[in-house]
Amino acid sequence: MTSSHVQQPAADEHDSAYDGLLGNDAHWAFGTGFEDPLAGVDTTIPDGIDAAELASYCVMLGDDALVYAQRLSEWTSRAPDLEEDIAIANIALDLVGQARLLLTRAAAADPSIVPALPDGSPVPAEDALAYFREAGQFRNVRLAELPNGDFAELVVRMLVLSTWRLAIFQRLVGHSDPVVAAIAAKGVKELTYHRDFAGRWFVTLAQGTSESRRRLEAAMAGVWPLIGELKSPTAVESSVGADPGEVAQELDAVVAQVLSVAGVTPPDVHPIAVTRGGTGRDGMHTEALGRMLAEMQVVARAHPMGQW
Amino acid sequence: MPDNTSDSREWPLYEVFIRSKRGLNHVHVGSLHAPDDGMALRHARDVYTRRNEGVSIWVVRSDAITASSPDEKDPLFAPSGDKVYRHPTFYDIPDNVPHM
Repeated sequence: MTSSHVQQPAADEHDSAYDGLLGNDAHWAFGTGFEDPLAGVDTTIPDGIDAAELASYCVMLGDDALVYAQRLSEWTSRAPDLEEDIAIANIALDLVGQARLLLTRAAAADPSIVPALPDGSPVPAEDALAYFREAGQFRNVRLAELPNGDFAELVVRMLVLSTWRLAIFQRLVGHSDPVVAAIAAKGVKELTYHRDFAGRWFVTLAQGTSESRRRLEAAMAGVWPLIGELKSPTAVESSVGADPGEVAQELDAVVAQVLSVAGVTPPDVHPIAVTRGGTGRDGMHTEALGRMLAEMQVVARAHPMGQW
Repeated sequence: MPDNTSDSREWPLYEVFIRSKRGLNHVHVGSLHAPDDGMALRHARDVYTRRNEGVSIWVVRSDAITASSPDEKDPLFAPSGDKVYRHPTFYDIPDNVPHM
């Protein structure tokens, strides 16, 4: 990269706060030192792993990230202030990145799950999975798809989802599929930050004003009934995924610790009923998912031959 | 610490300093609002290091900084303008001495 077109003529070296951030000849604003999370990773499916099961598991984790990222990105321009707006968008982008890698892995492991597109369509497999499946083919947990509430709802849901997902990813770092392991290693760093962000805000809202605490408790009453689903693994998760028992234990322990620091007790609520005999992992979703996907998918579906 | 009980709805302002990978010192990059010191650090991470700019962040409440006034520019800085003998221009700096 040449630097001639980005170097601003500085009348006085003290006029430009960014001069000191120059590294080599690359301008800081373009970023430097990016890493490919899958660099050097062998992408063949290892012996002893059922490719269809692996694909199914990657779709589950990918859909959790994709659907929740879409909900988070709906916050853009609506957060309480600029700094939070950027933080939420950053977190959504982290999750889109995880979804992309996981759906790519799913398509590579079992190409039969990728929706058929017109001949010659340049849409990559992960985009076909993201934009050309119906709601009933999505395998995300329902907590990820709930319509957004207020900022307290964002904080409570992010605390639960990021704690749960971090517990899973920490265990997947040692997965026998090297691609899943590499995706998890990248995701652990991101999710650690998401959990930290949500946990800090949780405590802040709990100990802020009576209004912030009231809103936090109302949000907990809405989120808590859906936690049970996170602790009810499907056969695929039990077979090829992170140990569901350990994950559930860590989720409970971390959430209990945050609640205790915040001085909040868990709400006394009943788990939400299953939808038509199943949960999100079975493709049984709330009607909110269909509406969300309609908005998310409309442009891609209108242009199946489109190049983005 | 910010006064959580006041009616003020505005978060305090913080100044942000970033040290880049190859940078030797933290450089002022801008400012932001945050409810407390810890959150200011996280906001700084989100707002100012999204493009891989930094390896270290400092934040400090803007009201903790004492700044010189432009009105004092002449008495503060003009007197050093004609003292050429304070610059070590008579030394040869060897090529292998960095950052000079």
